[in-house]
Amino acid sequence: MQTRGIIAVCIILAFTAGLAVASFAGFREFLPGLLQGARITVLITVLGCALAVVMAFVAAITRMYGPAPLRWLAISYIELFRGTSALVQLFWLFFVLPHFGVTLEPLTVAVVALGLNVGAYGAEVVRGAVNAVPRGQWEATIALNMSRMEALKRVILPQAVLAMIPPWGNLFIELMKATALVSLITIGDLAFRASQMNQTTYRTVEIFSIVLVFYLAIALLITVGMRALERVAARGLARGRSS
Amino acid sequence: MFWDWSYTWEIMPVLAEASIVTIQATVLGFILAAVVGLLLAILRMSAKPWVSLPTAGLVEFVRSTPLLIQIFFIYFVLPEFGVTLGALTAGILALGLHYGSYCSEVYRAGLENVPRGQWEASTALNLSPYHTFRDIIIPQAIPPVVPALGNYFVALFKETPLLSAIAVLELMQTAKILGSETFRYTEPITLVGLYFLVFSLVAAALVRRLEYWVKHRWS
Repeated sequence: MQTRGIIAVCIILAFTAGLAVASFAGFREFLPGLLQGARITVLITVLGCALAVVMAFVAAITRMYGPAPLRWLAISYIELFRGTSALVQLFWLFFVLPHFGVTLEPLTVAVVALGLNVGAYGAEVVRGAVNAVPRGQWEATIALNMSRMEALKRVILPQAVLAMIPPWGNLFIELMKATALVSLITIGDLAFRASQMNQTTYRTVEIFSIVLVFYLAIALLITVGMRALERVAARGLARGRSS
Repeated sequence: MFWDWSYTWEIMPVLAEASIVTIQATVLGFILAAVVGLLLAILRMSAKPWVSLPTAGLVEFVRSTPLLIQIFFIYFVLPEFGVTLGALTAGILALGLHYGSYCSEVYRAGLENVPRGQWEASTALNLSPYHTFRDIIIPQAIPPVVPALGNYFVALFKETPLLSAIAVLELMQTAKILGSETFRYTEPITLVGLYFLVFSLVAAALVRRLEYWVKHRWS
């Protein structure tokens, strides 16, 4: 079913790209600007994903094993960022933070807001995956006299990571899609370029079709990358088990 | 002075009014999503590949492109084909289609969980595909997935601020206008954040109760 879906996506992708190239003379005219926008989109996606992964692990581990005050902090972070919308968070960091004397670059705001937002969702993914590791593994680490941190690092997380890869793939795609929001805080990403070109040329159909295909291509890249990562991780874990 | 209470009370009624538009967009968008999702799920399960493959492609396409671009697309592109929609209508349509494709996956899970025997029994009883779906399959497939649909309801609610990008006067847009009139962004945007936080926590709690109820009622 999954492969059939991907094949179908590829068909649509090829069809739309073909249509764009064949019938829209403006393709060549818009492409350079859109490519520049795509660079910003990819940059924010990569940095945001990196921040999200770090935040997710820190928040999840703190929530599960931290001392009480830190645990509450982690829980409030997770609930706060999961409970409000990404756009509100983005605007809050962009418009409100300067009133408190903290002025960040728009690009920094974008990476921080998206990273924190997706990180909060990711924390729940990490927690679920760690909880799914069989109890016997924990008991074995106690029998081996490992400290909790050591057990997490050497026994629990390596097994949990494999289970988290597919949900992380979904989250990365969510983050990539959310980068379109940063166009609303004046960053020149793909969506921003598109609406700018739309306002100057009014060639709406061409521009937005190309942009949709761009986003689709990035999403497919993420899917393919995560599949590869999953295979590598599974192989690594299998080798670790057999030796 | 970081926080001005008198200003807060002043803008409260304006935001309350705007929240009606937010709720309107959420409810109508979700109704559309629920219907579109079911249709897509049934089409995707079709045995004819020329029906199921394009549907699968459409669902994957909508799911992997940003909602914001889809909103722009519907709002700016449809008029070129002679369909002019108001901003709110276009926004609701975009929300409904985007979340419809998410919901279709949920429905699909529900439909696939109906035992094969039920289908075979319907065939044995000579029921038409329409009656099989309406009377046999759907009543068994939907209740278990209601909590998952509820989660998408909350998610859709949190995406409504995106409609501010096409100037729908919902909460976020109103907060931004208030901020640009007075150069005080702190209160309006924080209030909007709080509003979303409170509502989605309440909604999440309701979904959890629903989940509990479904589990006990249907097992």
